[in-house]
Amino acid sequence: MSDITRSDVAHLARLARLAVTDDELDVFSGQLDAILDTVGRVSEIDDDVPPTSHVAPLTNVLRPDEPEPSLEREVALAGAPAAEEGRFRVPRILGEEP
Amino acid sequence: MSSAHHTAATELTRLDAAEIARRVQAREVSSVEVTRAHLARIEAVEGAGLNAFLHVAADQALAAAAAVDEEIAAGTVRSPLAGVPVAIKDNMATRDMPTTCASRILEGWRPPYDATAVAHLREAGLVPLGKTNLDEFAMGGSNENSAFGPVLNPWDRSRVPGGSSGGSAAATAAGETPLAIGSDTGGSIRQPGAFTGTVGVKPTYGTVSRYGLVAFSSSLDQIGPFGRTVLDAAMLHEVIGGHDPHDQTSVDAPLPPVVEAALAGARGDLAGVRVGVVNELSGEGYQTGVLSAFTDAVRVLTELGAEVVEVSCPSFTYAMPAYYLIAPSEASSNLARFDAMRYGLRVGDDGSHSTDEVMSLTREAGFGPEVKRRIMIGTHALSAGSYDALYGKAQKVRTLIVRDFTAAFERCDVLVSPTVPTTAFPIGDRVDDPVSMYLADLCTIPANLAGIAGLSVPCGRAAEDGMPVGLQVMTPALADDRAYRVGAAYELARDTASGVPFASTIPDPAALETAS
Repeated sequence: MSDITRSDVAHLARLARLAVTDDELDVFSGQLDAILDTVGRVSEIDDDVPPTSHVAPLTNVLRPDEPEPSLEREVALAGAPAAEEGRFRVPRILGEEP
Repeated sequence: MSSAHHTAATELTRLDAAEIARRVQAREVSSVEVTRAHLARIEAVEGAGLNAFLHVAADQALAAAAAVDEEIAAGTVRSPLAGVPVAIKDNMATRDMPTTCASRILEGWRPPYDATAVAHLREAGLVPLGKTNLDEFAMGGSNENSAFGPVLNPWDRSRVPGGSSGGSAAATAAGETPLAIGSDTGGSIRQPGAFTGTVGVKPTYGTVSRYGLVAFSSSLDQIGPFGRTVLDAAMLHEVIGGHDPHDQTSVDAPLPPVVEAALAGARGDLAGVRVGVVNELSGEGYQTGVLSAFTDAVRVLTELGAEVVEVSCPSFTYAMPAYYLIAPSEASSNLARFDAMRYGLRVGDDGSHSTDEVMSLTREAGFGPEVKRRIMIGTHALSAGSYDALYGKAQKVRTLIVRDFTAAFERCDVLVSPTVPTTAFPIGDRVDDPVSMYLADLCTIPANLAGIAGLSVPCGRAAEDGMPVGLQVMTPALADDRAYRVGAAYELARDTASGVPFASTIPDPAALETAS
């Protein structure tokens, strides 16, 4: 059993920046537990196997170092939830009171 | 509209893409007429609640069709599919249509550029009709995870169309479009293809650019075609495929000759083709009608001259567990970009919350339950205490799966299995049990983990529920053409035996339009 508790879910949610509700802690702890029981079966396989992270037959893909135009500022900002003075506007990032 | 006109318009929505292209390019019918017929069909079928489309771009489609008609009148045909309508899964960037990934977090977002696959559609003169519904961020196998409501299966509206490309599959099956593109991370093209009686293909990893495809699991994601015939899927495959410097995982190799292979297959001869039946992809837990349709299909392949052998891929039993560690791990990283700062939803920005809190509140409000589950599973699998036992082990399983395929392909040209262990299940049946939902990907996941190609072609209907069954044909990397050859030969034999094209056996479109 993987035994995922409510506090484990709260910890994962915190790491993943998800402000989960109390009800979700109940539902997700049961569901994540069942999922981890199933996927945990991978531990049965032999450890003496090299890992594969991807299957593309490619390494160090480079392109010529030539400047290309990038998105115009207003185009890049067009989908932003908030913009100001040609920049992304973000909420305060430091801990002090506003 | 007169009834004669109505009949003609309905007929256009039943034609396959190759025939539409032929008529448009011979100027027997205009692309505008074809497009108008499909837009009318969309209005009728969506009006009846199918919910396959999240956005319909009628004006743009008619303008694109008119431009193609003008070119053809002037003697220019951009590609063999010029003038044919197509639908686009809503996780691919489109500069003139919203791209939502069926998520509240991207609701209304308009990308500043086209995905490469979408750009190829436009360059080839196809006519984009709109964006199709999906499981949120392509996470799911039933389309019930869409923030904008589930898609219904046009064969039986009480059932799911599969997922995650359920909108593309259902729209193709219901005649709303002759062609669609989807994406397949663990079966998300092939599985809904099987559930809706359409042809769906996951090309070899890296052969269709992922540039502009909203990333879910980057080492697995692959864009591919849907059609109602194998040849149609092949023609669309050739349009969207090819090397793209904008995608660093794009393989710089010639695209396999898939159209040529589909045409060769349709000559009905599989002499000398070695077909391997994967032992591990059948048996307990598989629906009786699925196994019986599959067995019949294998018998047909034998009659066509193929040499059928059984092969064993013992590590496939670990494919599903490995996939549901690797895909969530990559997803937890990829979806970190939804931080409420540069695009999409922002919640709690009222001066009383920090950036960190705004991110958490936004992601909580913007993501649905399955996306949250996968982000948390991935976060767990990648955390210091679990990395070796979970993510690390899953990567080792991936090696074993590649080895199983390599060994099998030494003996066989293609491998076959049912595409899904069951037919389309009733809406609501599996929503509260994520693990049972994951079982729908059992047969399709191994191909993604190994980066090889897989095609699903309808192989009849299950006796117990009348729902379509899919035959999966898998090939080595960069040998996608073999799947098209086998698929096309099978398709011809299937339709010759039954006397009608399989796609035309879908319940009467008029009934679909008027059903309550």
